[in-house]
Amino acid sequence: MENQEVAQKIQEVAKKLLSEGKVSCVIGFEKGTVPMRERPFFAYTPEEAERLTWTSFCCNNLANFLVRRDLGEAGKVAVVAQGCVSRNIVGLIKENQISREQVFVIGVPSPGMLDRRKVQAEVGAEKVITEVSEDGEDLIVKGKGFEERVPRKKVMRDNCYTCVQRNPVIVDELIGAETEPTHGGNIDKVSAPWEKLQADDRWAEFAENYQTCIRCYACRDACPLCYCHVCFVDEAQPQWCGKTQDESDVLTYHVLRAFHCAGRCTDCGACESACPMGIKVRRLTSKIEKDIREMYGYQAGMDLESKPPMSVYRPDDPQEFIK
Amino acid sequence: MKNPYVPYPVKITKALVETEDKQLKSFWLDFLNPADAKAFDYTPGQFAELSVSGFGEIPIGIASSPTEGDTLLFTVNKVGHVTKKLHNMAEGDVMGVRGPLGNSYPLKEMEGKNVVIVAGGFAVTTLRSTVTWMLHPDNRAKYGKIDFIYGARTPGLLLYEDQWREWQKRDDIDCHITIDREAPGWDGLVGFVPTICEQVAPKPDNAVALICGPPVMIRFTQPVFDKLGWQPEQIVMSLENRMKCGIGICGRCNVGPEYVCKDGPVFTKAQLDKLPAEY
Amino acid sequence: MADKILAKDKLAEFIAALQKDKDVFAPKLDNDRLVWAPLEKADDIVWEFSNTEMSPKDFFFPQTECMMHFKNDPKAEDGMIMQAEPELAKERALLNIRPCDAKAFGVLDMIFCQDEMTNDVYWRDKREKTLLIGLACNDPCPTCFCTTVGCGPHNEAGLDVLLVDLGDKLLARPISDKGAKALSALPEAAADDAAKAAELKKAAEDSITQGVGTDKISGAEVLDLFNLPMWDRVHESCLNCGTCTFCCPTCHCFDIQDEVQGEAGRRVRNWDYCMSWLFTVHGTGHNPRHGKKERVRQRFMHKFKYIPLKRGGEIGCVGCGRCVQLCPVNIDVREVVNSMNA
Repeated sequence: MENQEVAQKIQEVAKKLLSEGKVSCVIGFEKGTVPMRERPFFAYTPEEAERLTWTSFCCNNLANFLVRRDLGEAGKVAVVAQGCVSRNIVGLIKENQISREQVFVIGVPSPGMLDRRKVQAEVGAEKVITEVSEDGEDLIVKGKGFEERVPRKKVMRDNCYTCVQRNPVIVDELIGAETEPTHGGNIDKVSAPWEKLQADDRWAEFAENYQTCIRCYACRDACPLCYCHVCFVDEAQPQWCGKTQDESDVLTYHVLRAFHCAGRCTDCGACESACPMGIKVRRLTSKIEKDIREMYGYQAGMDLESKPPMSVYRPDDPQEFIK
Repeated sequence: MKNPYVPYPVKITKALVETEDKQLKSFWLDFLNPADAKAFDYTPGQFAELSVSGFGEIPIGIASSPTEGDTLLFTVNKVGHVTKKLHNMAEGDVMGVRGPLGNSYPLKEMEGKNVVIVAGGFAVTTLRSTVTWMLHPDNRAKYGKIDFIYGARTPGLLLYEDQWREWQKRDDIDCHITIDREAPGWDGLVGFVPTICEQVAPKPDNAVALICGPPVMIRFTQPVFDKLGWQPEQIVMSLENRMKCGIGICGRCNVGPEYVCKDGPVFTKAQLDKLPAEY
Repeated sequence: MADKILAKDKLAEFIAALQKDKDVFAPKLDNDRLVWAPLEKADDIVWEFSNTEMSPKDFFFPQTECMMHFKNDPKAEDGMIMQAEPELAKERALLNIRPCDAKAFGVLDMIFCQDEMTNDVYWRDKREKTLLIGLACNDPCPTCFCTTVGCGPHNEAGLDVLLVDLGDKLLARPISDKGAKALSALPEAAADDAAKAAELKKAAEDSITQGVGTDKISGAEVLDLFNLPMWDRVHESCLNCGTCTFCCPTCHCFDIQDEVQGEAGRRVRNWDYCMSWLFTVHGTGHNPRHGKKERVRQRFMHKFKYIPLKRGGEIGCVGCGRCVQLCPVNIDVREVVNSMNA
């Protein structure tokens, strides 16, 4: 199903849910004010639901807004969710942040979201893009004095390329038909370049990767896993992590955050899309994802039943890595 | 060029736990360099950043009065990282003081008027400074009748007892010292501050009220003054907000366009009525 | 002061002259990102660009700046006593700074240096020792709205020199005495060079079509703006991250922290941001801006109402559009301000 058609269907479902009073709000996307920046939108009325859209640039993880809003007052809300987002909703249910009854999942098989930075690089860093539209497997990118067709495949977000679960895992209403589960990329390859390195070189690569970090915490704040009331970087008594731009402070933040997300991260890519500096945050998280998969046979948020490995203890836990 | 961020070095010459809950401790500070004492030219109502190297700074109202000499008095509530460290410091230790910061009570505008001072809990600090200043022989004649209404939960939580016991002996200030509930050995008033205000019933004619205390005290005291016919212009309050720079730059203490650290901390009720209640 | 001409093939000489007593910096492409970097040679200069990813405020107000140091030993002589950091040792020049970014420094001057007490010596020292050579913007971005916030693509305020790219040469307009001195060796511009620059200016200004209105905001009462119902919706998608404030050329909030490593102690300031709940929380746990709504509202009220009220009408935004481009949820300042102004 083409994205435009999906958008139509999302609007229909949202209008119905809102007019029948089944939910107080539908969390979806609306068109942004700049190209390739669709943005989260909260529709409270059937009229507002007409602003809902669906394109290949819906890059925020909407599950995030289930824990950053006072759902106690909002009652039941509907969320537009593709595979990863639905996995995060499952994660939030398992971590007792929300209950299944509070959420109506409008499931959408993911088309694979696109990376606006890659699109920009494709047409040239100095060019100003004024309009981007979709035509089947191509993007049509327009700007002052140019118009280019760019194949979607070429500019897909890294995490979407290596996605293993495009279809939503929990659904109250599915838009369109289920699709191929993956985009064909190999998630194990994301961390491979770092894995091969010796510790010193790996550290150097890691430090280089985060060199441009400005500590705006957009990666954390865009992440549905990061709902701690007081994040460890904000904690003042004791202060776990310095506040400066010194390398040790910056890297402490990223390492600790990644570990805190171990066994919980769905590789949704919201952190990378949110980062204003284009940092490859997944270089770190994907390695942890791989370890969890290989050591514990677990993938986050795939079902409501299995226990998250980091919150259970088993006598037969593999222990080599703690020694 | 004077660097407004560098604290003056001072030495703790006396430290005293003030209250029975040990939450409040007073520090008497003397400047290491006499020139700094001269430069630190303050007026009651102002505050300073107390600096503990390695821990940080904390904004605290100045409880001493410039009429008392060069020694500064601060009373510090133990709540955070810096204040906990400060409570563990002893006489002879070196620390820093940066200031004076902020505006002050409108001592000039108050001249020729009756003054009512209402204090609750440890918010009495800068009001101690103010009363001391007004009672000084150079200043007393400038003001009319002075009422000092001060309350705490228990006798052991009242600050500066020696001071107000002295004031009680004078005939140029009426002290109304109160505690919330009866306590053994207590010979003073009993009742919440708003109730005492109702009994004292200060007249609004040609008068100014300085009111400082916890939010709940302010909330119940305000209607008492309203009922007595006081206007918002006559009521002066001192705000507290989280601060860092103390000189109106770093951006966190603002209440609307006003920076508590620079434009305040002292505001009239009339001013606050026009501002967002972000304090 | 008369306009001068700087031929592009004479740039090497011009830069060498600057480098005699200054460190020279300019925007440079680094893996598709335009960043500020030390300028080595004239050939490295980028002429076609919209603007650097981050504002150059870091030159005057570094994200992390050591303000003071102390010997962390109570027993040592001078132990625990704070000593100010030394001043900037060498003068600097920023070449090809955009007029919007230079204008922002003018706004920040009013905030960092207000009077004898509010006199940020760290900011002032670096400002006084830096020459700002601007490059007029001939091709503004769709996210630029400088002309509607008291700035413009050829705006001169805050600059020492304004360069206008005329192709193989630059019109060099001295704006301050410091700027005139830097241009003293250059030949004067012909009348048609100045006319060409004026044409480019008009074309650039006319190309900015989307902007903000602020007329009603300036006439409104603080509380009326503060209580607008629009704030209930604006904050909904906000993540409360620091992106908008960190990329902003006029955002200037900071935190001060002490750090100790063995005997070495220092007092450091770091950029801080009003979107963080931590920014305003009291020791008691009470938070005057406890929710996302309060924090988002603060950012816009600060720039478009509070700063103008306190600084003679000057708006705390120069229309560079960085926040529009970088906000992870596309909260567009133009939409927000136009709602405030409705």
